[in-house]
Amino acid sequence: MEAKVFIGSAAGFAGDRSDAGVPVVEVLAKHSGPRFLMYETLAERTLALCQLERRKDPTRGYSPALDRLLMPVLKQCLAIGIRIVGNFGAANPPAAAQRIAEIAQSLGLRAPRIAIVEGDDLSGRLSATEFASRETGGKILAQSCDIISANLYLGAQPIAQALDQGADIVVTGRIADSALALGPLLHAFRWRTDDWDRLAAGTLAGHLLECGAQVTGGYFADPGAKDVPGLAEVGYPIAEIDADGDIVITKPAGTGGLVTRLTVIEQLLYEIHDPAAYLAPDVVLDVTGVDVVEIGKDRVRVTGARGKPEPEMLKATVCVEGGTLGEAEISYAGVNAAARAALAADVIRERMRRRAPGLTIRVDAIGAVSVLGNSSVAADLRASESEDIRLRFSAQSADTAQIEMLLDEVEALYCAGPAGGAGVRRRATPRLASAACLIERRYAEPRVTLFGASA
Amino acid sequence: MKRTVRLHEIANARSGDKGDRLNIALVCRDPTHYAAVATQVTAERVAATFAARNPTRVVRFDLPKLAAFNFVLDDVLEGGVNASLGLDGHGKSLSFLLLDLSVEIAGASKPARMGKRQSV
Repeated sequence: MEAKVFIGSAAGFAGDRSDAGVPVVEVLAKHSGPRFLMYETLAERTLALCQLERRKDPTRGYSPALDRLLMPVLKQCLAIGIRIVGNFGAANPPAAAQRIAEIAQSLGLRAPRIAIVEGDDLSGRLSATEFASRETGGKILAQSCDIISANLYLGAQPIAQALDQGADIVVTGRIADSALALGPLLHAFRWRTDDWDRLAAGTLAGHLLECGAQVTGGYFADPGAKDVPGLAEVGYPIAEIDADGDIVITKPAGTGGLVTRLTVIEQLLYEIHDPAAYLAPDVVLDVTGVDVVEIGKDRVRVTGARGKPEPEMLKATVCVEGGTLGEAEISYAGVNAAARAALAADVIRERMRRRAPGLTIRVDAIGAVSVLGNSSVAADLRASESEDIRLRFSAQSADTAQIEMLLDEVEALYCAGPAGGAGVRRRATPRLASAACLIERRYAEPRVTLFGASA
Repeated sequence: MKRTVRLHEIANARSGDKGDRLNIALVCRDPTHYAAVATQVTAERVAATFAARNPTRVVRFDLPKLAAFNFVLDDVLEGGVNASLGLDGHGKSLSFLLLDLSVEIAGASKPARMGKRQSV
């Protein structure tokens, strides 16, 4: 039995810093015992974008961040024996494995043993109607039957199996984020699959790590109230977990950021609803009895997670076409800026009401009334004393012509709108809508294959 | 002796989203403030704070061991990050709207801090 397992996080989302993993790997290299580096790169919509990519080119469809994230650490990880677990396979884990093999070769490294976890993709396995009847908390699928991607969240066991087979690198598609840590723990500690409290602890470790720096001082700094040293070089987290599931969260010495009771609790509750019942594929996690204790500089111990048997149904994310999002901006500044901006908003509303009567248009006045406001911007704006206002108009529709019409109207404010309108920027972006479904467990058929092994 | 402070002075908050549902974790920096916050920052008061976003339900989960609360607000993200027309579809900035609420805590009053913002 291993005394301690070390799991570092090198990415909390696909857009995360490519150099984040380097100091983490340096610390892992100094420890003995099983060491893992995890990457979480799949937001709700990412997988659908990758599925579209795969349709265009069957060798693509994995996370576009793969090269950027792996390049800086692959050599050290393979040399030292730090095993990598990541969901950067996205819509095409076999293609990601192929790409990783190519990267290793291009860097002159030994050929890594890469395991591929599949079985999350539900495409073609349920009809649009069957998905729609399983949607929770919305009616997106009832209105659209053009499904782009449908993936359920696998649990930790296929990752553990892949590691049992000696994988240096485990590539998955959609999988519960926390499973990226629980999988290595199941592999290292041989926890039983009904050892609910330990599964809960492993899930909690994964939850604390899955957003990268969000537990070590990222998404935390608030000058004067919550100061964070060295935010520009914030260190990414490392969890040290023992066989009983006791967790210590820390970060590489010499990096920025901090690990305190407060950074840990903020992340502990991040994106959680009922703290007594956080649903993961392998266990239901209860954090209400958790103790969070500072035991040293940048060292916080987390104990007391409790588990209940796994939920009957699995979550799936289903993405459909969402039409086109149009956004156009224009600035008004200086004397009487608020009144001129409010007039511009009125002009656009009046013209669009006539030209595209059904289209909902949102108006934000950035710097005066935007994220905290509601839709009655023009009224709020007239009362504003701001002399530096950027108006933003937005709308979404399946009818691209209507969106272009809005963007044209905003651009026309240059010559035909109020005085001093400046700096128009416009763009139309295709949009995807995502729905959450609850799917019967029998649809989950996780498969583990080794890259290069004959199928 | 009691004094009135903004939550920002005594607590941390972090927003997270899932679909059209927002959660805001509120953590007391000093656990001794937990009881005062529990009494005054009720689900009803939070619902009123976010009235402009028309929550269909607001639930507060209490975590006394962590000196924290988890507020869950349903249907406040204009359909969620993949549907909202707004600039903050995740609702990530909304934790700071919660921190604008005032509470009374024990202790001698200090001079008011700078920084005033209009509430919605």
